[in-house]
Amino acid sequence: MLLTIRSLTKTFPGTKALDDVDFDLEAGEVHALLGENGAGKSTLIKCLTGAFARDAGEIVLNGRQVSPRSTSEAQELGIGTVYQEVNLLPNLTVAQNLTFGREPTRFGLVDGRAQRRLAEEMLEGYGLDIDVTRDLSAYSVAVRQIIAIARAVALSGKVLILDEPTASLDAREVETLFDVVRGLRERGLGIVFVSHFLDQVFALTDRVTVLRNGRKVTTERTADLDRVRLIEHMLGHALEDEVVGHAKVHKSVTRPELLRFETFGRRGHIEPFDLTVGKGEVIGLAGLLGSGRTESAELMFGVERAQTGAARDADGPIDLGSPRAAIAAGFGFAPEERKEDGIIAELSIRENIVLALQARSGWARPIPRAEQLRLANDYIQRLDIRTSGPEKAIGDLSGGNQQKVVLARWLAMNPRFLILDEPTRGIDVGAHAEILRLIQQVTRDGMSILVISSELDELIAVSDRVIVVRDRRHVAELTGAEIDTDAIVRAIAAPGREEVA
Amino acid sequence: MTILRRVAPQLLTLLALVLLVTAFFPEFLRIEVVNGRLVGPVMDILKRGAPVGLLAVGMTLVIATRGIDLSVGAVIAIAGAVAAWAITRDLGLAAALALAFAAGLAAGLWNGVLVAIVGIQPIVATLILMTSGRGIAQLVTEGRILTFSHDGLAFLGSGAVLGIPVPAVLWVATAIAVTLLLRRTALGMLIEAVGVNRNAAALAGVNATVLIIAVYSASGLCAALAGVVATADIRGADSNNAGLWMELDAILAVVIGGNSLLGGRFSIAASLLGALIIQTIDTGILLAGFPSEYNLSIKAVIVLVILVLQSPNLMHHWYALRYFAMRRREAALDPRKEPGT
Amino acid sequence: MNPRLYPLAATIAIFLLAWGICVAQFPYMLSTRVVGNLLTDNAYLGIVAVGMTLVILSGGIDLSVGSVIAFSGVFIAVMLRDTGMHPLPVFVLLLLITTAFGAAMGWLIYALAMPPFIVTLAGMFLMRGVAYMLTIDSVPINHGFYDMLGKAYWLMPGKGRLTLIGVAMLAVVAVGMLVAHRTRFGAAVFALGGGEATARLMGVRLGATYVRIYAFSGLMAGLAGIVFSIYTRSGYPLATVGTELTAIAAVVIGGTLLTGGSGYVFGTLIGVLTMGLIQTYIVFDGTLSSWWTKIIIGLLLLAFILLQKGLVRFSGAGRPA
Repeated sequence: MLLTIRSLTKTFPGTKALDDVDFDLEAGEVHALLGENGAGKSTLIKCLTGAFARDAGEIVLNGRQVSPRSTSEAQELGIGTVYQEVNLLPNLTVAQNLTFGREPTRFGLVDGRAQRRLAEEMLEGYGLDIDVTRDLSAYSVAVRQIIAIARAVALSGKVLILDEPTASLDAREVETLFDVVRGLRERGLGIVFVSHFLDQVFALTDRVTVLRNGRKVTTERTADLDRVRLIEHMLGHALEDEVVGHAKVHKSVTRPELLRFETFGRRGHIEPFDLTVGKGEVIGLAGLLGSGRTESAELMFGVERAQTGAARDADGPIDLGSPRAAIAAGFGFAPEERKEDGIIAELSIRENIVLALQARSGWARPIPRAEQLRLANDYIQRLDIRTSGPEKAIGDLSGGNQQKVVLARWLAMNPRFLILDEPTRGIDVGAHAEILRLIQQVTRDGMSILVISSELDELIAVSDRVIVVRDRRHVAELTGAEIDTDAIVRAIAAPGREEVA
Repeated sequence: MTILRRVAPQLLTLLALVLLVTAFFPEFLRIEVVNGRLVGPVMDILKRGAPVGLLAVGMTLVIATRGIDLSVGAVIAIAGAVAAWAITRDLGLAAALALAFAAGLAAGLWNGVLVAIVGIQPIVATLILMTSGRGIAQLVTEGRILTFSHDGLAFLGSGAVLGIPVPAVLWVATAIAVTLLLRRTALGMLIEAVGVNRNAAALAGVNATVLIIAVYSASGLCAALAGVVATADIRGADSNNAGLWMELDAILAVVIGGNSLLGGRFSIAASLLGALIIQTIDTGILLAGFPSEYNLSIKAVIVLVILVLQSPNLMHHWYALRYFAMRRREAALDPRKEPGT
Repeated sequence: MNPRLYPLAATIAIFLLAWGICVAQFPYMLSTRVVGNLLTDNAYLGIVAVGMTLVILSGGIDLSVGSVIAFSGVFIAVMLRDTGMHPLPVFVLLLLITTAFGAAMGWLIYALAMPPFIVTLAGMFLMRGVAYMLTIDSVPINHGFYDMLGKAYWLMPGKGRLTLIGVAMLAVVAVGMLVAHRTRFGAAVFALGGGEATARLMGVRLGATYVRIYAFSGLMAGLAGIVFSIYTRSGYPLATVGTELTAIAAVVIGGTLLTGGSGYVFGTLIGVLTMGLIQTYIVFDGTLSSWWTKIIIGLLLLAFILLQKGLVRFSGAGRPA
């Protein structure tokens, strides 16, 4: 065994990112590491590459226990990593990137000719015919990925971690990359392959390990798996009874129509789709990461402008050209990336809650302090936000409580249509159940909600209707009694025309 | 109460400085009434600190949005030149003031559009006007020092209201007016939200683009008022020297005021105390009998001390230092969350 | 053509165009005399701009250089007046001081994680303050060695004088080109400007690199100070106020991206010469006022910043997020 990981554990304040995870890698195999956002893939990789220090467990490489403390140390040990982006410097030439840190020198000066030769040698066997003296930025992402792989292999040479290397490649480029990876497998490298494109996993890998919520679900030979089983592993039954206990009785109810999106779409984001939203309805958006779920939401909220189609309500067309326009139309959006797009870390809970309300009423009409406090205290109590008071900075709260504050921000707006992108990601089970309960409560009062989630049980528990997204396309719609795990998994697993957009 | 706690470090620094100067120069705190005016070193500081104080008000807002405005010194020269030009053309005080403010507003809008809409880094965007602004001012004054004798305009620089110098009244009034405008409306909070996380603020419906243009415009207006005061004080527009290097003092005042250059929470009061600290050092060194050549060195040392105290790497003690350095490293190594550059 | 070369090409084209216009109007400007003067008058600026180029390539800024030049002049003048030392050991001592000063600023920037802008601002105050503390007057330099240095020149065809300090500037530019484009240190500077996180991933030692970058800038500022003292034969603490801005402008007009990671030291030389040319033209013209220099330089800055903004957006590569 080339690499063995035993009982790896890593805790961050509020969450257990890795919980007693085992993983092993043989020389000459491609091992897929799968899981949705927050499953623990990146934490595992960072523990391997020395970016994070593990809390417990051991990593054994070639029979020797290792604890890399930095990326360069990991590299020296033989573990190289290629990320989706930011591996190399686009402002340097290909040769400079390849030889960085070990440029051949003559009289203290970099020997350009020797550097070029060294770079060309490093690229041999990768099937690239490129001019290494040009800037890296002159080449496509696929070529850059192969250059990054060449550098990582030359520097490390035992274990190669590929972290979503295909995310921005087209089908032909993916094939080229796969040829390179297969070549390296022949040469006896152990390759960890992280991707959310299942076709690629089946096409390339020998074994699959699935992580969910920081735990290892399974390790199996790829040949023994089928798509449905794999998706079940990734999205399957992990919800506690407490959550599922609130499951809806699915029956088709006719609801008055609130909104209608017609051939709404944008190239490269999501193919045009039609969607009607009923009053008080909960629509679930199911699909794998990168399938077009978030893109659908961003289009509906005006983060990206739709190129085709229109949205209308009972009074006629509505403008969704920007988030401000969408908010004016009575929309709300709690984004997936809470830290980057959701919270204003330095501001207090109170300010974070009233922010959208205040932005809507305009700077000149401040919400009176007493009213702000009343709102904040009200939501702290209603959503059970654990804090010492409304003036605490939101950045000091745990993830679940931050999420509740973002929810409170939108609930205070009383929108007619609220979009929740992964509202329960990275939060503990208790908060999880509360947020689902909340969704059901507000829809009883007539609010319509669109939920995006990687947790199928969660979607099934709250949704009146589930839309399945695959390959940046809305491919199926399930209502009433049709909504169950099997049906959703089957819709997601249906063979893609071409998995990569 | 919270405001007092916020400005306590600045207040204590100022107090210590005042005590120090008084120890060397016992007359420091003495204020006399001469011809119905209050006269004394303290009054002098209040008056001479006016331009930097005014600039610091606008600069605080710009820095709160994660920006910086290097052009304010040049805008002082432009506004002074425009005001003096209008007065020498006998257009009257009202027109002179209106034109000066229009010039300041135009400069601010220019900077704001470059930053918020074109998307140029603030330090780069405002460098353009910093470099060329003095040329524009000289264009207006045709390269001369444009002197004038107009009692109305001169009053703004050297007059007194209830015995207090007009420049002092102007900067205190401006600071109070702006503070009230920001804190009695929602502007203050919205600016802080944009400064901390422009993306999230925009997704919550805050019009970040307009707000950013507005703060640069405010900075331009403050610089215009400072320019009018400076010009009125010497009864002439000196395009070469008016407001020279004052943008640096203004930025320094904001930093001494404990406002983070990374945007977010801000306090105009603390910035003004920072401006007063700078002016007290300037005046105090003279009064205390030190040669004025020590002035800059002392200022540099104070800046360094403040930098060390404020450094994100030096929170309280070495444990924190190591902890933060580690966190910074982990954040930097996360390829998807590269710290903003 | 490599898109990275566009700004450099634009710089050279603008310079040639400007010179063409000058020559068309005043044929004398083609003479080697004008060329010689252009090099001599801008020698100190060219040298300090080489240091600034490296700083800006790394994504930083150094506001202290104007003060360091003034300090250098004062230091040399006072040492020669009060100690009777030969200028050469004084030069060595001075360069040690300015290099160490730059290194200290670089270390502070790294260790305190503070923006270079504010750290070098403090450095600017400090050096100017120390210069004041040495003297507040202009101190003349009278030394035989200085007379020799100041009068040294080679006669070019057409009676233009290629002075020693002009040659020194060209030599420094050549060295700067080697350091920036042909050494591992230079590669680390570009890497830092391309993105600190990526640079670290690729194995750049950040602390050492920061220290060296600002030490280099300090060394260049010290050299520029020596050249300036030869040019003016005096040391004055109020000299070269604002030179840091002129140097930054020259670097940007020379085609270097102000956000770092892309540019050429040679472009900086052209940027310095372009700015000198504008001034020379205004002197020749006689009717144009000097303030047009500032306005034209501002417009050039704007043009280059917009050009680079457009290029970054167009190539879609730019810097990682």
